[in-house]
Amino acid sequence: MKKENYSLSHLKELEAEAIHIIREVAAEFENPVMLYSIGKDSSCMVRLAEKAFYPGKVPFPLMHIDSKWKFREMIDFRDNYAKEKGWNLIVHYNKEGFETGIGPFSHGSKVHTDIMKTQALLQGLEMHGFDAAFGGARRDEEKSRAKERIFSFRDKFHQWDPKNQRPELWSTYNTRVMKGESIRVFPISNWTELDVWQYIRLENIPIVPLYYAKPRPVVKYNNALVLVDDERMPKELRDKAEMRMVRFRTLGCYPLTGAVESEADTIEKIVEEMMTTTASERTTRVIDFDQEGSMEQKKREGYF
Amino acid sequence: MEHNTNTLSIEEFLAQDEKKDMLRLLTAGSVDDGKSTLIGRLLFDSKRLYEDQLVALERDSKRVGHAGENIDYALLLDGLKAEREQGITIDVAYRYFSTNRRKFIIADTPGHEQYTRNMVTGASTANLAIILVDAKNGVITQTKRHTFLISLLGIKHVILAVNKMDLVDYKQEVFNTICEEYKTFLTRLNIPDVHFIPMSALHGDNVVNRSEKMTWYKGEPILELLETIHVSSDRNFVDLRYPVQYVLRPEHHFRGFSAKVASGIIRKGDEVMVLPSRKTSKVKKIVSYDGDQDYAFPPQSVTVTLKDEIDISRGDMLVHMNNQPRIERHFEAMLVWMDEKKMNPNTNFIIKQTTNLTKARIDTIRYKINVNTMHRNKTDHFKLNEIGRVVVTTSKTLFIDAYERNHETGSFILIDPVTHNTSAVGMIIDRVSAEDLPNRISDSDHKKIAEGKSLVSPKEREMKYQQKGQTIWITGLHGSGKTDVAYMLEKRLFDLGHVTILLDGEKVRAGLSKELDYSSVDRAEHLRRVAEVCRLLNEQGIITICTFISPLKDTRDQIRDIIGKDRFNLIYMSTDLATSKANKPELYKLAEENKLQYLAGVDTPYEVPENPDLTLDISDKNVEAIVELIKKR
Ligand SMILES: Nc1nc2c(ncn2[C@@H]2O[C@H](COP(=O)(O)OP(=O)(O)O)[C@@H](O)[C@H]2O)c(=O)[nH]1
Repeated sequence: MKKENYSLSHLKELEAEAIHIIREVAAEFENPVMLYSIGKDSSCMVRLAEKAFYPGKVPFPLMHIDSKWKFREMIDFRDNYAKEKGWNLIVHYNKEGFETGIGPFSHGSKVHTDIMKTQALLQGLEMHGFDAAFGGARRDEEKSRAKERIFSFRDKFHQWDPKNQRPELWSTYNTRVMKGESIRVFPISNWTELDVWQYIRLENIPIVPLYYAKPRPVVKYNNALVLVDDERMPKELRDKAEMRMVRFRTLGCYPLTGAVESEADTIEKIVEEMMTTTASERTTRVIDFDQEGSMEQKKREGYF
Repeated sequence: MEHNTNTLSIEEFLAQDEKKDMLRLLTAGSVDDGKSTLIGRLLFDSKRLYEDQLVALERDSKRVGHAGENIDYALLLDGLKAEREQGITIDVAYRYFSTNRRKFIIADTPGHEQYTRNMVTGASTANLAIILVDAKNGVITQTKRHTFLISLLGIKHVILAVNKMDLVDYKQEVFNTICEEYKTFLTRLNIPDVHFIPMSALHGDNVVNRSEKMTWYKGEPILELLETIHVSSDRNFVDLRYPVQYVLRPEHHFRGFSAKVASGIIRKGDEVMVLPSRKTSKVKKIVSYDGDQDYAFPPQSVTVTLKDEIDISRGDMLVHMNNQPRIERHFEAMLVWMDEKKMNPNTNFIIKQTTNLTKARIDTIRYKINVNTMHRNKTDHFKLNEIGRVVVTTSKTLFIDAYERNHETGSFILIDPVTHNTSAVGMIIDRVSAEDLPNRISDSDHKKIAEGKSLVSPKEREMKYQQKGQTIWITGLHGSGKTDVAYMLEKRLFDLGHVTILLDGEKVRAGLSKELDYSSVDRAEHLRRVAEVCRLLNEQGIITICTFISPLKDTRDQIRDIIGKDRFNLIYMSTDLATSKANKPELYKLAEENKLQYLAGVDTPYEVPENPDLTLDISDKNVEAIVELIKKR
């Protein structure tokens, strides 16, 4: 007999952990959903879900909360990929907010994020009565996430009460909720940014091309390099746009997501750049600078 | 370190990086021992910090740091300290860093009040623990407490980091004294692999680089040790436990059983047995997205198909026939209470163990442990952060192993049925057989039941029946003459005009206890039902005559508690074993031939009552004496 090897690489161990978590949710909740943000972390998470139920189909829907200000390339990517894979994809947006014309340029990032992201997410969850929602957040993204549970409990109002989180031991997850309460589940909690890139590379996971460097029209706005993605950007800004070789480290609403100047047009180059990088990932998210401790605040209100 | 990437092409680096393994570690130490400084330095030196964090770090070090001219690495982890000031729950924080050789996950557990809860949480997934001590203070109570918790949670590797060596002039004697004291303490615990490192986290001695000030130390610096310590063989690769998590049925002809391999190796072609049905089959395929596997090992998450069509659902377990877990509803465990709400011992908890969910009650608390002195104390409940040894009974049968041997099948959580909080966590102990564990059948909440407003008063009942409702409980060996006495008594009381009901094992088992077997848990449940029936009948004025072997003093005491002391008459049939055997030989014969289990006097003990209300025997069936007893009540 061939000699058997019983050790796993860190990526395979992280993968096994995530698959176990995803199956546990599918087995113990009545109506789970996977929140799909179209970003690289979500892309990883979706692949993990496909693996968890292979050769079957993923037994729960994906939901994208569309703020209506996402990069166009993200939406194209989402629609093509979902079609190709035959996903059950729900797209939800805040209709009232959209019709009122809420947007980051006119209302500022705080109001926009609150109405078009946080409120929209809560609406979407409530409308379908989901009792568990997977998210692609990682603990290493930000200081306040370091102590986040993998199974994060939310009360009837979808609020996260730091005092009311359950101890989490071994891989025995407490999934009990009462009607109206829910759990956010983070299967890639223990992954770092580098792990995610490694995994995408190893597994050949398609990602939105915005992650790769390319000459793009950008303009300085709120101290960040913002892409001119559509006509809704005020004209005086658009007029100042110039072509630069840039890429995005995170994806969200285009006016709120800063680009970084970069030559990295392959995953290998992205990783190389990351290892010598000079700014931590989240600083390209404009939203974080709005107020002190803003991430913590957002989380309590129901944002991821 | 990752600086080496300069010499590798990025492709080479990635190819190497994706192969490295992972180590989960826990850091423990009391406040100001230098835990944050050590972690901060590990993150810093492995370049897990970005420039903006670095700039902030340098700025804050000058402003508020405690490290003089040096960078105060502890400030990196300050998020949690701020939280403490705001009164937010102090919790386990997870941090990540990696080197060329390994990826590390640190469970950082600050704070002291809730230290036990946090440490136990962090330790549950850790392979290794770093315990910090301040070289000036040496081994203190907290060091011992942390070490005890680490051994309780079964961590196999410990590094004792003697920090702040700079403050004791890097003296070897100081280090040696501390190590000796720690070793003495360790002999009381079960930690197989312990390392000792003299260190200065602040100045970086023996953190990443070997200290030039302590050339007398010949071992590795801490990072090198973390990178090389061998942990993958800590997993249990021997006992196959495959707890089915999810049944995959995408189409008619495919039926897959998904699980994380909890322990052991499962191979294609293996003969496996399904618990609890005990049906057997062969592993047809081990399926995964990345192609079929010949074998799977822990902690892989895979999907298995079997040659035969067997009904299997979540909670079932695949095992090898010649290596089975304990299949039990009754076991002992060390319990850690995690809930702010103190334990109510009468709660019917929800227990989760592997992929099984059922009800559980705590029968007995053997003792609680003082984590500072390790002394054992009596208690009847637990408060937050208390630890003790308990006996548990579950509604459904579980497939368990001792935690020592198998962390996956030996651990469980208890969930509060009302709040749904995780109230406690447990680690199964495998020293006493289920048969010898105490059962709890009486419930101290009983007395709380509101008195109904019956239109008939107890006095009126007594007048009508001319008797006080009470129980005559006849205990004794099988064949000791209990039944004869019971029937004679029944006849005599009938003639005297009393109202009685007679209960014996055969009658009750035929109906009321129909689904129960002869295990100790079910025997206890059987007697609990009888006692509850007696209580109900006695309260309505009726006399119950019960004849049950009821061999255990503890159970009889609990029966007395359920019925009430003032209504309970214990009659002991003192007929000896030989006479009893001669009287009714059939069952004894079967028991002696091992065809029948749990017969008192043969394979389980009969405990003679200490103070029965009356003692009779087969040659002295003096029922008049019992009638006298009844009258006296
Ligand atoms: N002299 C000396 N001081 C240290 C050393 N390690 C940490 N400290 C200092 O001890 C204090 C407490 O350290 P900190 O890391 O915050 O401790 P924690 O409470 O265990 O996280 C800080 O002022 C550190 O600068 C050391 O090796 N030598």
